Amino acid sequence: MPKQEVMNNANIITGEWHVRYNYSIGKVAGKFFEGLKHKKILATHCSKCGLSFLPPRAYCERSFEPFDQWVEAGLEGVIEAATIVSVQFENLPRPPYAIAYVRLDGVSTALINFVRGMDLSNVEHAAQRLNPGTRVRVEFIDNPQGRITDFHYVLPAA
Amino acid sequence: MPKNRVAVIGVGETPFRAHVTDKTYVELSQDAAKAALEDAGLTPDDVDAIVFSMAPTQFMGVNDVEKWAVDSIWASGKPLMRVHTGGATGGSALHAGYAHVASGMYRTVLVVGADRVAETPDAQHILNLIWDPFYEQDFALNTVTMTALATQRYMHKYGTTEEQFARVVVRSRKNALQNPNAHLKGNITVDDVMKSPRMSWPYKLFDICPRSSGAAAVVLANEEVTKRHCSRPAFINGIGGLTSTVFMGDRVGPYSDAEFCDEAELKFAGKEAYAQAGITNPMKQIQVVELYDPFSSIQFPQLESLGFCERGRAQDLSDDGSFDMGAMLSVNPSGGTLCSNPIGVTGLVRVADAALQIMGKAGKNQLPDVQNALSTAIGGSVQFVNCTVLGADYV
Repeated sequence: MPKQEVMNNANIITGEWHVRYNYSIGKVAGKFFEGLKHKKILATHCSKCGLSFLPPRAYCERSFEPFDQWVEAGLEGVIEAATIVSVQFENLPRPPYAIAYVRLDGVSTALINFVRGMDLSNVEHAAQRLNPGTRVRVEFIDNPQGRITDFHYVLPAA
Repeated sequence: MPKNRVAVIGVGETPFRAHVTDKTYVELSQDAAKAALEDAGLTPDDVDAIVFSMAPTQFMGVNDVEKWAVDSIWASGKPLMRVHTGGATGGSALHAGYAHVASGMYRTVLVVGADRVAETPDAQHILNLIWDPFYEQDFALNTVTMTALATQRYMHKYGTTEEQFARVVVRSRKNALQNPNAHLKGNITVDDVMKSPRMSWPYKLFDICPRSSGAAAVVLANEEVTKRHCSRPAFINGIGGLTSTVFMGDRVGPYSDAEFCDEAELKFAGKEAYAQAGITNPMKQIQVVELYDPFSSIQFPQLESLGFCERGRAQDLSDDGSFDMGAMLSVNPSGGTLCSNPIGVTGLVRVADAALQIMGKAGKNQLPDVQNALSTAIGGSVQFVNCTVLGADYV
């Protein structure tokens, strides 16, 4: 939006909101994020329907039973959907960057994260390397903090 | 089955623009309410109840804005509820109003709302905040990247090209030329779309709707009020709605129960609405669709889910002109959401524009002999879907 145009308009009064939050993450997410500190991605498994879910949840929406097991996700998986962002969105990362939903080995659902380490200078070319079905692997940062940003995806070395 | 039959007997829309600086938000909502009541030949006293259509209020910057709007829409002394299902809000609000009348609880219901998405320059920041704060917000999800992900998957599945989506933009902006309320309009080319700046693969700037300000309202009435006030109403013959998991990652891959890129939930919503409305062959029986399409890639999966053609076929029908005005199926004669997106009322605008075609009040966009028209709305993480079948006759 052309900000200047608005600021110069006599019919405008400006305003801003500043709000802070302390989010309670609960036991299930707590266990998942504790796992990340040990470079493990933990999924909830339902022995009734046989499916494993990421993000982990307390209750299985398919069988309507509480998840009764934790399983360790594979550290490789397959891209289900991806995009490359070329524009600066307000308060979001500086472009370019790639994000993808990846279904990790042994897990029934896909988890979103950045795909790092790619040459994104040619978007059309880079996009062809992120087609659904492409295998990727998980790469952890050196000192995981128990946050979802402790890891990202990378394409296997060419 | 509804206890009472329900019809749209009045429609009001304001022009959709980036900014409307000569009116406050509530004055804007009043404009639509007033226009719809006048169209129906009613006064505020004739309205039994009000449904307020509004999605996140962070765009326009006042929390829980329905309380601000009470006086301007003549709601004092009447029951009022606000409905919010993200982008699907307008369709959900219409369905709530429908239920009010169909149940016999109220005779006449005003469904009204307004939005001003460009009041803040931080719209995509706000939209990022609708995602799970622990697992998803960090990865730049917003409405653009969310649907770009679905579109990349759709293209891979069906071999769709960027140019095929560009043709949708060209058609929409051309249709919008005849709609005085449309925000974006014009004669552009596929090349113009292809050369617009890259946003999020495969989207370019022109693949994406504008941030619009504006208001919309419809008056719903039971059979008795309809007979008294409206010689050519748009009857609501079928409604369908469905909600899906917030996690898009649950809807991809072999274990998904509703394919993300196909907007598969809409198939079930459509089936329900068609059964009520007696639609067995959508392409033959429906002449106009007003689809919720804030992005160029959102028409094809909807048309396929709603049974107008097989999966992966909409792109070919689009290419050969089958979705042009007056062709096999007139898709978004108004220019659709690609040309105007006041999010909190967009779904209601879709219903209103579909109703206008049935009522013969669509102005320069009017198509001949519209017997059935269909509108849709989609919200959340492609998670709330609904559709409405309007007809020239009661089913």
